[in-house]
Amino acid sequence: PDHLRFIRSYVSLQNARCYSVKHLSVQERIEKKRKAALTGGGQLRIAAQHKRGKLTARERLELLLDPDSFVECDMFVEHRCSDFGMEADHNKYPGDSVVTGQGRINGRLVYVFSQDFTVFGGSLSGAHAQKVCKIMDQAMMVGAPVIGLNDSGGARIQEGVESLAGYADIFLRNVMASGVVPQISLIMGPCAGGAVYSPALTDFTFMVKDTSYLFITGPDVVKSVTNEDVTQEELGGAKTHTTVSGVAHRAFENDVDALLNLRDFFNFLPLSNKDPAPVTECHDPRDRPVPGLDTIVPFESTKAYDMLDIVHGIVDEREFFEIMPNYAKNIVVGFARMNGRTVGIVGNQPKVASGCLDINSSVKGARFVRFCDAFNIPIITFVDVPGFLPGTAQEYGGIIRHGAKLLYAFAEATIPKITVITRKAYGGAYDVMSSKHLRGDVNYAWPSAEVAVMGAKGAVQIIFRGKENQAEAEAEYVEKFANPFPAAVRGFVDDIIQPSTTRKRICRDLEVLASKKQTNPWKKHANIPL
Amino acid sequence: IGEIACRVIKTCKKMGIKTVAVHSDVDSSAVHVKVADEAVCVGPAPTSKSYLNMDAIMNAIKQTGAQAVHPGYGFLSENKEFAKRLAAEGVTFIGPDTHAIQAMGDKIESKLIAKAAKVNTIPGFDGVVKDAKEAVKIAGEIGYPVMIKASAGGGGKGMRIAWNDEETSDMGFFLSGHISDICANGFCWCLQVLADKHGNALWLNERECSIQRRNQKVVEEAPSTFLDPDTRRAMGEQAVSLANAVKYSSAGTVEFLVDSKKNFYFLEMNTRLQVEHPITECITGLDLVQQMIRIAKGYKLQHKQSDIPINGWAVESRVYAEDPYKSFGLPSIGRLSQYQEPLDLPNVRVDSGIQEGSDISIYYDPMISKLVTYGKTREEALKKMEDALDNYVIRGVTHNIPLLREIIVHPRFVSGVISTKFLPEVYPDGFKGHMLTAGERRELLATAAALYVAAQLRSQKFLGDLRVSVVPAESRQWELCVELDKSVHMLGVSRSGNNYTVEIDGEKVEVSGEWNLASALLPITINGKHRTLQCLLRTAAGEISLQYLGTSFKLRVLSKLAASLSKHMPEKVPEDTSSILRSPMPGSVVAVSVKPGDNVAEGQEICVIEAMKMQNSMTAAKTAKVKSVHCKAGDTVGEGDLLVELE
Repeated sequence: PDHLRFIRSYVSLQNARCYSVKHLSVQERIEKKRKAALTGGGQLRIAAQHKRGKLTARERLELLLDPDSFVECDMFVEHRCSDFGMEADHNKYPGDSVVTGQGRINGRLVYVFSQDFTVFGGSLSGAHAQKVCKIMDQAMMVGAPVIGLNDSGGARIQEGVESLAGYADIFLRNVMASGVVPQISLIMGPCAGGAVYSPALTDFTFMVKDTSYLFITGPDVVKSVTNEDVTQEELGGAKTHTTVSGVAHRAFENDVDALLNLRDFFNFLPLSNKDPAPVTECHDPRDRPVPGLDTIVPFESTKAYDMLDIVHGIVDEREFFEIMPNYAKNIVVGFARMNGRTVGIVGNQPKVASGCLDINSSVKGARFVRFCDAFNIPIITFVDVPGFLPGTAQEYGGIIRHGAKLLYAFAEATIPKITVITRKAYGGAYDVMSSKHLRGDVNYAWPSAEVAVMGAKGAVQIIFRGKENQAEAEAEYVEKFANPFPAAVRGFVDDIIQPSTTRKRICRDLEVLASKKQTNPWKKHANIPL
Repeated sequence: IGEIACRVIKTCKKMGIKTVAVHSDVDSSAVHVKVADEAVCVGPAPTSKSYLNMDAIMNAIKQTGAQAVHPGYGFLSENKEFAKRLAAEGVTFIGPDTHAIQAMGDKIESKLIAKAAKVNTIPGFDGVVKDAKEAVKIAGEIGYPVMIKASAGGGGKGMRIAWNDEETSDMGFFLSGHISDICANGFCWCLQVLADKHGNALWLNERECSIQRRNQKVVEEAPSTFLDPDTRRAMGEQAVSLANAVKYSSAGTVEFLVDSKKNFYFLEMNTRLQVEHPITECITGLDLVQQMIRIAKGYKLQHKQSDIPINGWAVESRVYAEDPYKSFGLPSIGRLSQYQEPLDLPNVRVDSGIQEGSDISIYYDPMISKLVTYGKTREEALKKMEDALDNYVIRGVTHNIPLLREIIVHPRFVSGVISTKFLPEVYPDGFKGHMLTAGERRELLATAAALYVAAQLRSQKFLGDLRVSVVPAESRQWELCVELDKSVHMLGVSRSGNNYTVEIDGEKVEVSGEWNLASALLPITINGKHRTLQCLLRTAAGEISLQYLGTSFKLRVLSKLAASLSKHMPEKVPEDTSSILRSPMPGSVVAVSVKPGDNVAEGQEICVIEAMKMQNSMTAAKTAKVKSVHCKAGDTVGEGDLLVELE
């Protein structure tokens, strides 16, 4: 409808002022180009795109943005390649293989680019890259997120190095924008080769099941180089990246589902690092008791429970947008709201691998914490961690440097940090999980909390090595350490609270901490153990 | 679980009696443990090791110095051995003495005593059947259908109905059972009696308990619509004479089967407090637990027969954690993530032993609560029940509210034509949930549309954010596409404040309400009528699940644009379920009757799953060869777990 209005205004202009034939022909050319831009690669290719179960670049934007809010940019840009017959008129598409501009999601500004698979398979030309860079530059200038809808076959081979330069230009902007405005990639088709690094540099990568792929090299090259037989889906489909590689943060059923969910997700994010975390209207009472929490932690400390039950119970309206729900499931991260305010949730998941920290869960947690810290989103951490996962696989894999990432992320974060120890907080993992010592603002313990160097059995075997009465010693250890008091008497937890009151407490604390100001020493940038 | 303990403790508190709860280790944080003055753990989860573990319970008694034991129902409530051991320790058993328990506990002996006490008994074979052959022979003589009952089974447990020879002989494991004729279209009435240790006995009217599934009661009411005062008196007097014949003391229940000609026959006597006792309490004003405690203490009855009134009408719905769409109720388990009893409504009583956060485990009976409503008339009590069911919030487990809600409004039930075969007759193809009328369908669609718009509008409200665009004069008109049961409706919605006008196929529906998006309950007014719906699910992609008239309906609300683009979305192919056998509920595998490579015929038994004391035979959905078997006897399986694959 927006473009129609646009055209209409030109028509009236024409009636009023255009006398010359020359003028008229320009006018006609404008209209023709505009019309061509709107149909991308043409009806046949649009039909083919639909047949693949995919929407066109423009349909996607229409669904993602508020009605009538899209303002397009660079509709007349064309590629500049003159080799291989590319200069021919029929090989020129106004706007080239990407649609760019800005619009609104629930009234809030966002910059978008949507790659058009119907034009040269969405391949990246110099002009394509230039369009993307333009909106990214502007997004950083005004402070608004960038959403990329990726559906591209890769580099525009005809353009050679110009295409590669285009990728690098985008990468540079991804890096410059990192931590300044939120960047989201939604992979809605192929994304291969160098192209994958743009999504990888953005804050969140989402995928569409069955119709999107991400890989450095496709199955054919894999076969010729390593002689491995692998399908596209196995190599780089949504399932692979959301469960095995950890490259993507979530997958959605189809284009419509993905775009509607993206609108929902967008509401959690601040527009830039200068803006506070958004606060929406909340119908859930801030002081709502959660009686189910008083019984959720089992008496036997070896028994599992679902950390998500705690999260759902505490947050507004049980609404939790989980990030990477199927990867490194021993840690739970995601966004929720408390009394309307966006918060980041981090929790050990006792249901999976006892909630231990290993390489993957540390990296998953660290990246999430750093996003929240960069964008003023308070973090609530639920701790039930028996320690770091032992073994050669972990040590050889570098658990020391990967575990350090999570430690680093929590320590460096200056946003409000609230921690609730629900049960175990053992060993170094206790320190890591947003402890008081890492500048936790409010640290609570539930009555079931046990803050100790290790579990009773292991501890007794060391303290009382070779001595008799191990059982008695174990009981003594449990009495001394398997409770919240050792931490509470030292002020390492601020209070021991009734679990059912946790929501009320956190809502109140967040209000107090909303004006928290804390800065780290000046540095060019820190050196996180990557 | 723990429901009856809570019930007993409540009365004890009123009477100033201190209480001790016993519990298994998985029940350590159960409600009955919290409300009791003291609690003792009597063993691990399996009932045989805890609630049926007499040694542990006797220890608990010694340890706490308890003077009396109320056995509740089930478990040890009708165990004469337990009563004997208590007597030996000088501890009072709040219930009848061992003689009465023994006499009434044996289905055959009880019939003989009843006959002697001039109580009407059912024609049938009152004896132990030796083997399947004999069972078939006897059943043939009586005429089908017949009921075969394990001698020592209580309540509906171990009771099976056979309709032909084949089924009779199939019940191989019930060989020590006994057979009786069941009235093909019978009623089940329970006469509450109360007797003291001084030879006084009273009857406290009947409870109509005919609505059953798998021979277990679902909906009960008192009094019965069918009984006239004369029959009631005749039944009451027979019940009392039976009680006297066994020198009964305490509260007990005499069950009668009644045929359509009001002939009644003694079925059995339950020598304990019954699950559905609250409805008798409602109409008589007596506290049966209090009476039991008084009687056990040796006091005389306070009342005479003429003191026992019938005041108004009471209905009880048994709310179970089970899936009513599978054989009227297969057990389900889970954690009650949200739980809210409709106690703010007047004349509603809920007896439960659980709370938000409780776990419904595979170890015990899946009853969530007994929901009782009371009114001056039956109509009033039923109306209250409708409201109560609509306002009952249970999340995290599948529950039977859809079925309960349907039963109480079914014309046949409302008119009082109730029988033990009500469910199979009314729903011959199984329960399918509420069938929407055209008007109800419109109401449901309109509510979903209004809820969607309310949520959309809220998601545009950011507090204190100066960077939100000034939305050009908020839209007041929406065109939506709502999908329900695969059919798609175009709706026009317009809003003024909290009032929505929804146009569906030329008809207008007015919906208004508070639109509190955090509340589990959604009280609204539709076309002037007040209704309470529940929003079970609302996702970003437009899925909305609403509980409406008890049944939950899945809808999808999309903008016109999203709906038109959805048609391009690829169809996801669901897995072929005919060659895959999955467990319909959590439980344990009792037996697997096939191995890979076997040929099975459609309908042939493949394995047996037991859950909550109930065995379910799993059969092949088609004739095929067995490809793989993923379970073995003794395995514990969850709902949806793969059991067997066919080729």
